[in-house]
Amino acid sequence: MTVEDKRSGLVNEDKFPIGMRILAVDDDPICLKVLENLLRKCHYQVTTTNQAIAALKMLRENKKYDLVISDVNMPDMDGFKLLELVGLEMDLPVIMLSAHSDKELVYKGVTHGAVDYLLKPVRIEELKNIWQHVIRRKKLQPKDQNTSPNQDKPLDGAGGSGQGVSSSGSADQNGKVNRKRKDQDEDEEEEGEENLHENEEPGTQKKPRVVWSVELHRKFVAAVNQLGLDKAVPKKILDLMNVEGLTRENVASHLQKYRLYLKRISSVASQQANMVAAFGAKDSSYLRMGSLDGFGDFRTLSGPGRLSSTSISSYTPGGMLGRLNSPGGLTLRGISSSGLLQSGHSQSLSNSVNTLGKFQPALLPASQGANLFQGVQSSVEPNQLQAKSNTHIGEFNRNDDTAGFTLATSFSDGRVTIGGLSNTVSSSTSNPLMLQVNPQQSQSREAFATQSSLSVPSLNQESFDVDVHGSSNFLDHSRCTENWQGAVQLSKFTANSLPLSEPFSHDSLSTSNLRDNISSTISQIGNGLNDFSSSSVLGTPSDSRVDMQGQTSSMGDVVQNMSYNSRQRWEEHSQDYNPNLNNSFSNINSFFLAMALWHGEVENSALDPKMRSNEDYLLEQTKSQNGFAQNNYESLDDMMNAMIKREQNETMLMDGEFGFDAYSLGSCL
Amino acid sequence: MLGLGADRLRADMNRLLALLFHQGVLDEQFLQLQQLQDESSPNFVSEVVNIYFHESEKLLRNLRGLLMDREFTDYKKMGIHLNQFMGSSSSIGAKRVRNVCVAFRAASEQNNRAGCLRALELLEHEYCYLKNKMHELFQLEQQRLLAAGVRYPMQN
Repeated sequence: MTVEDKRSGLVNEDKFPIGMRILAVDDDPICLKVLENLLRKCHYQVTTTNQAIAALKMLRENKKYDLVISDVNMPDMDGFKLLELVGLEMDLPVIMLSAHSDKELVYKGVTHGAVDYLLKPVRIEELKNIWQHVIRRKKLQPKDQNTSPNQDKPLDGAGGSGQGVSSSGSADQNGKVNRKRKDQDEDEEEEGEENLHENEEPGTQKKPRVVWSVELHRKFVAAVNQLGLDKAVPKKILDLMNVEGLTRENVASHLQKYRLYLKRISSVASQQANMVAAFGAKDSSYLRMGSLDGFGDFRTLSGPGRLSSTSISSYTPGGMLGRLNSPGGLTLRGISSSGLLQSGHSQSLSNSVNTLGKFQPALLPASQGANLFQGVQSSVEPNQLQAKSNTHIGEFNRNDDTAGFTLATSFSDGRVTIGGLSNTVSSSTSNPLMLQVNPQQSQSREAFATQSSLSVPSLNQESFDVDVHGSSNFLDHSRCTENWQGAVQLSKFTANSLPLSEPFSHDSLSTSNLRDNISSTISQIGNGLNDFSSSSVLGTPSDSRVDMQGQTSSMGDVVQNMSYNSRQRWEEHSQDYNPNLNNSFSNINSFFLAMALWHGEVENSALDPKMRSNEDYLLEQTKSQNGFAQNNYESLDDMMNAMIKREQNETMLMDGEFGFDAYSLGSCL
Repeated sequence: MLGLGADRLRADMNRLLALLFHQGVLDEQFLQLQQLQDESSPNFVSEVVNIYFHESEKLLRNLRGLLMDREFTDYKKMGIHLNQFMGSSSSIGAKRVRNVCVAFRAASEQNNRAGCLRALELLEHEYCYLKNKMHELFQLEQQRLLAAGVRYPMQN
């Protein structure tokens, strides 16, 4: 037996768990010997050592192991410490062994990440099933098969690497994911499940990251749309895209992210509203951005018309179209705070956005708050943020729903650490309005929850308006995209938007614009929808994951810029916009536009005009923007585009880049 | 003859094992050890048990050394030794020894030196008894193998 499979025990799936490679560590030679023989009896490949240090060395030498079994009490190193290190460095499942079953020890094992805790003497029956931990980890994290599966984070969580959806749409992979999501029809409520299947690409992660530029993403989305999301398979997409140097694996992982993004957006509806609310607070620019992020997600909004309708209907409970919660818009989370954040590392924005999607915390470079942006982060990609925000965002993502909020919450806490945004976020969160974000949302994100300020609760429109400003913007950015959908729920949005802010901070350039836009958008959203749209506009720039790639900063900037600069514009627009906002769609669109702007450097001016006419505006935005608008968003996209564009002008998003946004937006649509 | 001898030896072995199980000296973990013995590791049980003896005597010496010390205060260190003793004993199925370790550990956690001393003595007693019986068992096994192997190599 014993498959000589050196790579992954799963390599021989048909024979698995035979040949599973186990490393056993125990200072007691008797136990070690018995364990070794027991494991051999189970047909595993066993390597033993009685020193933890030697064990680490072996693991670091890149010898492929699937599982580690370690004793708790060892003289040279504490078993829990080894457990932690293995989890961090190699991300392998670790089983703890001990002669005692003290509750404290078992608890410690759990908190340190052990997948199981066995008591000596170990029976062979117990050992026969330990392969489940390997499979579970691999299944949950469709990471590279070569490496040990990622931590058992829920698919969502993992920010980055193609892990399940969690990337919160944030283009972990260089923001492409975000973009991807955006492009996909948000409306499609694509479940990430499909992506999960796609995630089977092992080893995808390992390849050198492909930078999913706006153009690339746009192509991708176009290809996917052409094929139909359900039928979109990497091979066909690849063929349609006809890009040199792109491998099927790249496409596959991108597709997965995209799907996750879509899913996020669609589910975040309510959250967005919250986010928006949350964002209402201060930093508005961030928030806005953040919300915009959601906007980014708004790809999921896919098609303004689509999204709004879907999102809105779904989200706005009370018909609060304005609610940014609409997953589309607000879901800044989805929007990718990551996208937004990406730009600069607004990181935090993404975090907030992450709530939706698991934005990559990257956005929040500084902000720890990145969590919120998780969603954003995903888009933002700034790994730095990610680290920070990821933590938060990660949580955020998890909640996905509440993600929006969480972001908000996180924001409020300042956890958002989104660099600059955190301030905003917190500020925004403090805003009563914004913070409407329901703690409930944050619940999901426990971490964020503290935010209370974000209280992006269901966004009842009102709060939305106010909050939306900040939050929505944020949300957008953060990838509220999901929220955008119409979930006026700013709360979500806010959460999202928060993240957005973050990213913006980075780029300050674009972000500021975006921010302004976002803020303005958010203000507009005041009506509920309006806010939403504004958020969309604002926020999602970051979401534009699409843009995020290079633009991450731009997104962030855009967002920021938008928010800041265009704030006025937005205000104006918002007024105009507000009427439209009723549709929430328009808001969303604008939001998207904003996002788009954000991404693709939408020209600020572009945004402005768009924003104005609420619906038209949105549409215009999208259209004028870059064609991006044309995408389905229609209203949302336009909005986003507009938003983004407006901001973009100043910063960067606008021009051309917007294309990216559009890409995300449009393609999403 | 030899075949009979082998069979009788095997019967003796089984009887001894049954007795040890009955007394609680050994538990089913020991059976698992026996099951792990196969062609690829024909002397698995005896190898493991020998290592156990070696380690256990070291531990017992350490424990005694600690407790004999007038200024003994390091219960934690004792706990570490005990922990290992407990783990290895349970791994080979030495149930009684393990149980005494548990009691010993309890006394140690209460910083009860007298209790620890008593436990140590009991532990040493149990350990000696186990060791003797194990030796007996192995001797029977060896004889059985010899008896069976000499004439009938295919058997066994």
